[in-house]
Amino acid sequence: MTEIIVVTSGKGGVGKTTTSASIASGLARRGKKVAVIDFDIGLRNLDLIMGCERRVVYDFVNVIQGESTLKQALIKDKRIESLYVLAASQTRDKDALTQEGVRRVLDDLIADGFDYILCDSPAGIEKGAHLAMYFADRAVVVVNPEVSSVRDSDRILGLLSSKTSRAEKDETKVKEHLLLTRYSPQRVAAGEMMSVDDVKEILGIEVIGVIPESPDVLAASNSGTPVILNAESDVSRAYEDAVSRLLGETLPLRFLEEPKKGFFSRLFGG
Amino acid sequence: MGLLAFFRRTPATASVAKERLRIIVAQERSARGGPDYLPLLRRELFEVIRKYVNVDPDAIQVNLEREEGQEVLELSVTLPEKKPA
Repeated sequence: MTEIIVVTSGKGGVGKTTTSASIASGLARRGKKVAVIDFDIGLRNLDLIMGCERRVVYDFVNVIQGESTLKQALIKDKRIESLYVLAASQTRDKDALTQEGVRRVLDDLIADGFDYILCDSPAGIEKGAHLAMYFADRAVVVVNPEVSSVRDSDRILGLLSSKTSRAEKDETKVKEHLLLTRYSPQRVAAGEMMSVDDVKEILGIEVIGVIPESPDVLAASNSGTPVILNAESDVSRAYEDAVSRLLGETLPLRFLEEPKKGFFSRLFGG
Repeated sequence: MGLLAFFRRTPATASVAKERLRIIVAQERSARGGPDYLPLLRRELFEVIRKYVNVDPDAIQVNLEREEGQEVLELSVTLPEKKPA
């Protein structure tokens, strides 16, 4: 049984690609066969975050247009067995992606025995974002605790419940999960940032993970390693927890409290 | 909260964010799934009302309520307070 998961948000720059890369890696490390697809046609980036940018020969659109086979286009991850990346095309032709084409690729992946297919959505609500969510069974909605991101996420939730294959066919609805990124417990404690509970209350869906704000995310993207693979980092632990919850485990949320500080750093607000 | 942070303290704005979001999200959700003409209807109503009374756009609420198989279009306009002459 293959599960198709869209990672989406509406707003750009909130951490969709970081999240796609980390969740895909986390699932694959637990022995699942995983494909992660970049739907951001024209602005390919998942390959960089996954560190396979120099191995892209064929891409998603090549497969759809019959210029390569799916096998040729799937890039096998060098760190994790059973993890594959399908890069976005750099074409400027927005119509390169078609519903029928996307369906064919997904069907082929399903026939190949993949356990999970992650669809890394582009920002916005245009065609790429629409097709990334269209065939999804579940959605991870990435949100920053910030007004424009929360509002855009609500808009995306509206689209998930009306403009997806499941919605149109009146099947069980797409299962929605909220993932908060760039969370700063210090700023929440100071009343400068909305808390997990605030965001959850406004959007009304269950939280699958809270990723703390951390320099480790930039360090990971600089080096082309999904941040979940940095075992030293709280970000990695938070993503691992989210992966466990995706797989059905119940775990308490971590990293919501301000880390305890020593006397001097407290005095000088370090 | 350290001493330095205390002196350059930014105001606690999280609750303001939450309140603003609660209102706009509720408003956008009620418009969702409704007929496409609703935003245009709201704009045209606004134009008509503005011919007679000077009201703010947020003084006009157009809501579509669904109850027991029938839909009710509810229009509410908050008129500005009369200023003493």
